[in-house]
Amino acid sequence: MRRPVIELRSVSKTYGRGDVVVRAVDRVDLVVERGDYVAVMGASGSGKSTLMNILGCLDVPTSGRYALDGVDTRRLDERRQSMIRNRKIGFVFQSFNLIPRTSAVSNVELPLAYAGVRGGERRRRAVRALERVGLAERVHHKPSELSGGQQQRVAIARAIATDPVLLLADEPTGALDSHSTTDVLALFDELNAAGRTIVVITHEDEVAGHAKRVLRMLDGRIVSDQRAAPVVGPPPRHAARVAQP
Amino acid sequence: MNLVQILQFAVRGVAANKLRSALTMSGIIIGVASVIILVAVGTGASAAATESLSSLGSNTLTITPGADDGAIQFGPPAESAETDPETDSGTDVRAAQLTLQDAEALLDPELAPDVASVAPVVTANGVTATYRGESHQVASMVGSTPSYLVISDDTVQAGAALTETDHTARTRAALVGVTVARNLVGGDGSALVGEVVQLSGVSYQVVGVLTEKGSDGPGGDQDDRVVAPLTAVQDTLTGYGPLSSISVKVSAPEAVDAATAQVTAILGTRHRIGTGTPDFTIFSATQILEAVGEITGLLTVMLGAIAGISLVVGGIGVMNIMLVTVTERTREIGIRKAVGAQRSDVVGQFLLEAVILSISGGLIGIAIGVAVGSLEVAGFQLIVAPASVVLAFVVSVAIGLFFGIYPANKAAKLRPIDALRHE
Repeated sequence: MRRPVIELRSVSKTYGRGDVVVRAVDRVDLVVERGDYVAVMGASGSGKSTLMNILGCLDVPTSGRYALDGVDTRRLDERRQSMIRNRKIGFVFQSFNLIPRTSAVSNVELPLAYAGVRGGERRRRAVRALERVGLAERVHHKPSELSGGQQQRVAIARAIATDPVLLLADEPTGALDSHSTTDVLALFDELNAAGRTIVVITHEDEVAGHAKRVLRMLDGRIVSDQRAAPVVGPPPRHAARVAQP
Repeated sequence: MNLVQILQFAVRGVAANKLRSALTMSGIIIGVASVIILVAVGTGASAAATESLSSLGSNTLTITPGADDGAIQFGPPAESAETDPETDSGTDVRAAQLTLQDAEALLDPELAPDVASVAPVVTANGVTATYRGESHQVASMVGSTPSYLVISDDTVQAGAALTETDHTARTRAALVGVTVARNLVGGDGSALVGEVVQLSGVSYQVVGVLTEKGSDGPGGDQDDRVVAPLTAVQDTLTGYGPLSSISVKVSAPEAVDAATAQVTAILGTRHRIGTGTPDFTIFSATQILEAVGEITGLLTVMLGAIAGISLVVGGIGVMNIMLVTVTERTREIGIRKAVGAQRSDVVGQFLLEAVILSISGGLIGIAIGVAVGSLEVAGFQLIVAPASVVLAFVVSVAIGLFFGIYPANKAAKLRPIDALRHE
């Protein structure tokens, strides 16, 4: 069997010291296989954001072992962490996090540039990623000239431009209207159907309904783990839509 | 991540907020331009002062009677400088005077090898020149030998110079300055050559017009004068009293100090001074030039210091803006780090932005400074000192680097999650 994309072994993250220790993530074990589509749900304060930061190599666990695509992240220095984020993870944030006053294609080029991809090739790959999210017509628009849904799609294009093993989305539809939410979720379904591993952090059932596997967190621990569809094959809603005539 | 890419990001960062960039640059522009302009003012003023003084001749000495009172006298003093016998230290009143014999004694190849030529000078005050109803008050009426013209670097622009024969024959011949000639006959004054004018009622034939000196030196209009043979002036205007001064030409500009010592020794012996204070004063144009050079040099340094302060203020402006920029763009830094930017990439980008701002500010400042520095202000030409341009530019870039490093480092040290959380 191929190695899992995510492998957490007894991972904890604590803040503070002495009497006021807060365990944001408490001895979590988790394995996510390649091609899976996982939704992590939980109320605010349940530790899902901290888990997301650890999964995204934006933060290091206090204890436990985290292997991303087989790479142990414990002993990585700051430089290697940056590299891992660049090569293996694509981020999608709630507030899009595009660089203002910079065109869509330049935003998408950003991770490619930091990966050392040169001019022409970089532009081609960025444009291809924008085409993939249906924004071929908006390549040179600035974020301020795009709707929320379009901005989030640019962010998704940026996340997939480097062809990462993991697409990590933090409340990707939190700032979107229902129409844009449908668009973005359909896009996720499509990407997953094409084989991309997705972990999405959300508190909306609508979003979780698209995932193949739903985890619920409470007080830093995973309290439920339900599978809605097999790892291999299309995600449930995507399959439903395809099945409809 | 290569340098070209970082440079591209930096250029984009500068271009993305044009107003902020322009404000940042304005600090450097003002600083660099003011350094160049103020130093140009200082250099120009210095050059103008030196030029007008150098018309006095750099290798001449002027000896006047009376002890040196320490004051710098501009231009050869007139008879008013003659020492009052009451205040003179010696009892021998004659010793406070310069005589024709003193002048002749200075031409001594043995004792004064550095003295090239000597001209005894008498000046007549309050001389009025009249010609066919026109009259003019002459500022300076000089009686001397033909060597005076050589010493004071005078030539004639019309007519002929005075000769040795004029001197020995006590000829009442005169050379007039351009101002005098113009006032009497108009035009360029050459019409006066060969004519007879009355100088305080005495008839003199004008043999030539002195070449225009042009510059208005510290001694006033240097073309408002008349030069005539010493003998004739003594015969008609001043009588046979002491000399007003003795002009000495030194063999070479470097020998001014040696010649001064030789003249002091000869006159000291003749006036029986011994080790006491000399009863005469020797001054050279070089001394004045040095004094003026010192003053204008100080002026330039002072102006430069003031301008330097504005350059530093401009630099602090750059740092302020860079700090604000980092704060304002914290989120952008977080995004960049999240998608894989290394610390060095972020440092490089912000540092380069600071350098681009200070280099372009420096170049614009140089352009403005050089443009203003080529103007003529308040009667003298500003002179842009190349060193000030180089210095101002180097300092502006150094300021960009120096004040860019702190905010750049601050930006790069941010953890991506902290930066992303920043609102």
